[in-house]
Parts: sequence; C-alpha cells; structure tokens
Amino acid sequence: MVNFPRQGAAGGTETMLLNVGPQHPSTHGVLHIMVELAGETVVTAKPVIGYLHRGIEKLAEGRTWQQNIALCDRLDYVAQWSNEWAYVRAVERLAEIEVPERADWLRTLMVELNRVTSHLIWYAGVTMDIGALGTPFIYAWVARERIFDFFESVSGGRMMPNWMRLGGVRTDIDAAALKDMRDFLEHDFPKEVDDYEALLVGNEIVVSRMKGVGTFSAEQLEEWGVTGPALRASGNDRDLRRDDPYGVYDKLDWKVWTDPVGDSLARCRVRLGELRESAKMCVQIIDGMPGGEISTKVSKALRPPEGDVMVRTESPRGELGILVASDGTTKPYRFRVRSPIFYNLSAMVHMLPGHLLADMLVIFGGIDTSMGEIDR
Amino acid sequence: MWIRTLLWLIGLLLLIAVVTVIGVWWERKFIGHLQGRRGPLHHGFHGLLQLPADMVKMISKEDIVPSGADRWLFQLGPILAVVPAVAAMAAIAFWRGFALLDMNHGLFYIFAFQTLLPLAFAVIGWSCASKFTLIGALRAAAQLISYEIPMLLTALGVVVVAGSMRFTDIINAQSGTWNIVKEPVGFAIFFIAILAEMNRTPFDLPEAESEIVAGYQTEYSGMKFGFVQLAEYSVLFTGSYLVSALFLGGWNMPFLPASPIWLLLKIVAVMTSTMWFRGTFPRLRVDSVMALSWKWLIPIALVNVMAVSALALALPHIY
Repeated sequence: MVNFPRQGAAGGTETMLLNVGPQHPSTHGVLHIMVELAGETVVTAKPVIGYLHRGIEKLAEGRTWQQNIALCDRLDYVAQWSNEWAYVRAVERLAEIEVPERADWLRTLMVELNRVTSHLIWYAGVTMDIGALGTPFIYAWVARERIFDFFESVSGGRMMPNWMRLGGVRTDIDAAALKDMRDFLEHDFPKEVDDYEALLVGNEIVVSRMKGVGTFSAEQLEEWGVTGPALRASGNDRDLRRDDPYGVYDKLDWKVWTDPVGDSLARCRVRLGELRESAKMCVQIIDGMPGGEISTKVSKALRPPEGDVMVRTESPRGELGILVASDGTTKPYRFRVRSPIFYNLSAMVHMLPGHLLADMLVIFGGIDTSMGEIDR
Repeated sequence: MWIRTLLWLIGLLLLIAVVTVIGVWWERKFIGHLQGRRGPLHHGFHGLLQLPADMVKMISKEDIVPSGADRWLFQLGPILAVVPAVAAMAAIAFWRGFALLDMNHGLFYIFAFQTLLPLAFAVIGWSCASKFTLIGALRAAAQLISYEIPMLLTALGVVVVAGSMRFTDIINAQSGTWNIVKEPVGFAIFFIAILAEMNRTPFDLPEAESEIVAGYQTEYSGMKFGFVQLAEYSVLFTGSYLVSALFLGGWNMPFLPASPIWLLLKIVAVMTSTMWFRGTFPRLRVDSVMALSWKWLIPIALVNVMAVSALALALPHIY
C-alpha cells in the first residue's frame, strides 16, 4: 500500500481520492497517479512508479559491456537510439576507444531522427489526451512510420535497433537510402509539421485548453530538476547538444528552441520547433557525411580500466545521464541511469495541485512521460 | 387502432436498432477515412458484417455487476436511459401527419422526455460505486441541464415563426424559406446545444476517455453497455431529426417536390457532421463548457427569441 495522507480542501470540504492508473487510457504505460480531488480540482497528487520495473540496472551488471547495448534500447523505448548513444559514449570514454568520424556522423543522424519520432509520439499522445479522437494521432503516425521504415532498413529493427557498437556502429547506410531520407526531411516533412502545428497550436479549443495552464518559471523548474523541452519552454536555453557538445552537433548550423512563456502551449511550440530543427540538422548531416570506416576493432572481451565515468546527453525528454563503473572485468561493476523523465515526473507533485482534472493531462503532455525509463 | 400503435412501436424499435447498428458502422467508417484509415473492412462488404459480430460479442459477454454496486439501480440504469430516449421518438413525424403521435405539442413532448436523460445518467453513475462513473454522471447532469435552456429558447423562436408545436406544421411553414435563413443565430445556438445534449465532441465530457475512462458507462459490460449505446444513438437520431425539422426544412427542398427522402438525407447529414466534429475537434474543459452555456448561449438565445418575435410581428409576410 502506498501511504497517501490526505490534505483536505479549504473550508473543510470532503475530498475524494482518485487512482488514475495504472490501468487508465491516458497514463502512457503503467503510470499510477493518486490524486486527491476537491470536486474536479486537484488538491494533492502523488505519482506511484515501479509497475514496469525490470531491474535493468542490476541486469547490466551480469552482462558484458557489449551486451548491455541491447538493454539500453529497453530503457526509454521511445528514444532507443539516444539511450544507446549515451551508453556507448560512456564506455568509450572509460575504455578510451576512438570512434571513426563517419560513425559519429551516422550516430548523430540516427539520434536526431529518433528525436523526431519521439516528439511525434509526444504529439500523438498529447492530442489524444485533450480529446481529439485519434485524427492528429494518425497524422503523426504517417511520418513516424516513414522514419521507422528507415530505421528498419538500417538496423533491422523498428523499435529495438541494437545498432551502436563500442567504437562505431553495426551497419553502414548506403547513399540511396540517405538520399531518400533527405528528400523526405527536406520537402515532405516540413509540410507535415505545418499540419501538426495547425492542428495543435492553431486550434481554438486546444489553445483554450493549454494557454496559461501549468505556467512555471525557469527557476521553479530548475529547482525541481526538470530538463529538456519542458525546461526550455520556460525560457531557459539549457541544451547539452550545444553546452556540452558531442557527436557532430558543433559542426552543424542549428539553434536551441526556447519560449519565454512557460505554459503548456509554450511546451508544445518548443517541441514542434525541435521537430523542424531536428529535420534540418538531419539534412545537414546527410549533406556533410564523410566517408570512411564505420567502426574500430574492439575486443569482445573488453576490459576497461578500473574507474567510473558519467556521461550526459540530451535525450528527447531531457538530460539523460549514464554512469558506468568498471572493476577491470568484462562486465560493468555498476550501471546507473539518470533518467530525465523521473525528475520531470517528480515535479508533478508541485505542478498539479490547483489544476482541474482535465488540466492534469495537459500538463502531463508537457512532460512527455515514458515509463520504461522511469521504472527501468 | 391498437394494431397501428403496435406496428408503429415495432417500426420505431427496428428503426432505433438499425440506426444504432448502421450508425456505429458509419461512424467507424467515416472517422476512419477522415484519419486516412479505412475503418472496418474485412467482414462482409466494407466491414458491414462487423456489426452482427459486434452484437453477438456484446450479447455473449459476461454481465458483470461490480461488487459494492447498488444492484437494483445498476440493473435499472440502462432501462432508465433507453425508455425516455425511445419514447421521445414517438413524436417524430416522417411525413405530413405520418407519426405515431402527431400531437399538436410534439416538440414539447420530445424535450420533456429528453429532460429525463440526466436522471438516468445520474442513476447509472451513482449505482456503480466507481469514482469515474460518479464524476461522469455529475458532468452529464450538469451539462445536459445547462444546455437544455439555450436549446429550448432557440426552439421557442421556431415555434414563434411556425405558430405551432406540431412537427407537421413547423416543417410545412418552411416550405418557402428554411428557418436556418430566417434565424441563423438560433440555428447556431441550437446546433451547439444539441451537440452538448447528445454528448458529442467537443462536449463529450461525460465520457471523456482520457480523463475519466468512459464516464458514467465505465462499469457496464455486455448488453447493458449495449443499451446505453442504444440510448445514445437514439438521442443522436432524435437530435439530428430536431435540427433537420426545426431549421433545415424537414422534407422540403428548394425547386424539388417535398419528400420524406429529403428529411432522411438531412438527418444523415447532421449525424455525419457530428461525426466529423468528433474526428476533428478536441474536447473542451469542464469549466469552459459551463461558461459557454451560461455566459454566452443563454443570453444570446434570449435576445434571439425576442428579436425573432419582434420580426415575426413586424414582418409577418416574411416570418
């Protein structure tokens, strides 16, 4: 049982405890939120996590350094490529493995495409949550499907690529496939984003649902540990791709999307802007892609020197940190994930009170949860 | 005489069954195509046999009564919802004088029975002993009662113009100009209000899936759920009929002879447009739904009634 002390409403009104989830149409997985309602207004909220716990951090200690790449796919199953990259970067830094230039470009490309698909899932989810019966959902699925086909042609898997390797990547991408993707991203995709934008921030009802709902200042969000698009929508332009560059981000011409307002609508605008920006970056990457090797030779029985390394990356949901500690054997001594969504979700305790039950889902949409990474 | 009544009753019940079955199929098909999907496809011609399959499924499902539910009210709920919804259809005139009850207060009769629906939803929501159904029922009651007022006020404008509450008279009065031309404001308010009465998007708060699972019908399974659906589609049909009869000229058509076919086509068109809204609009928030009715629709509807009455007095040859 979860301990849930009720706070009670002003004026001694009796409150109601409502369990939203773990089986509920809009909790995006198995999130469980206990909300105390006075009428339809949230008095207190408490997220209950752990329904999807698979013990990934512990499992990783029993597998070799290479095998763990497949486990990382299963952390945040919406941003698989980002997780892989964070992990291989950590191990490469620990074992001092050099990555060929082309592999870096390929990795950046796939992770940016992954950011697009991840934001498309956010879009599909948030529109469902505010009651649009699946039409924008399917719209988002069209472009996502196109990119997933590309993922499949590259890695053989749509959801679980297992594509990055210590010291490079598993398969190369041929020029024809790259050109196809480039055409799609340059010509078709911006039009699709126009549609998304018109359906979301161009819709009167959506604006009335989102404008001024869940407005938080950058200071508040920083204090709660919120990162990623949710933080950037409050005017803080913290983005690790620029602040702590990795991959080839410093060679690309792009900008960090921010919004000064800090409400739910601003969070939508930032994510829509990132969709466009990521597509632009992918086009630049495909144009600038150098030739050469895609991987260096790394021993299967890799034994990184003793020590630990923490690597931060900008996943679609915020700062994903991965710590790996080695005791000099073929398996990690410790594998630890700093999940951005865990911190974003924790902020719900502060964000939800005072809002209506219907607003709860809008604020959720701004956070873009993915339970796979929180519960691990 | 009683044979006529019996035949009418059988006919109306069949009509409701057909409307529900075809309505569900058409809604899935239409929204599917809106979304770039194709909807039901594999059973029969374009998925038409999906419907018998769904019905068999619904009938053969276990009839669950949740523990803690108020057993009698739980059983009574779907009946309370279906009876007024079906009874309201008795006054529907499909052609001049062709109705089970072609009363001189048919409009009043339909509204009287539709007013009973919030009661049924409240009973359903309360009896389940579930918080989601309770919230849904309270939302349904609040919403239906709030939107009845602008709906009645705008219907009053039509009655003023037609000089009667009998559907035959109301529709015959539109043989020249339709009421949508005479009172466009009234039409807009009536259409919005009837959308809310029918619990259709963007006013589907009582069954807001992402917030309260399925609202007042969350705990119902099997044929009880089927009955609640039946009531909803009957209300949808009656509502579409009201829009067609009161504002869209009923069986009249410009330049063409009057025929019941026009009426049916208009009903289908109105039903389809509600489905179109469902595929397009997100849901309003509960407080803005209430504000829309009480702050905007009711004052405008009041002004509309007075304006229409004044016009009817001032320009009797037009209105």
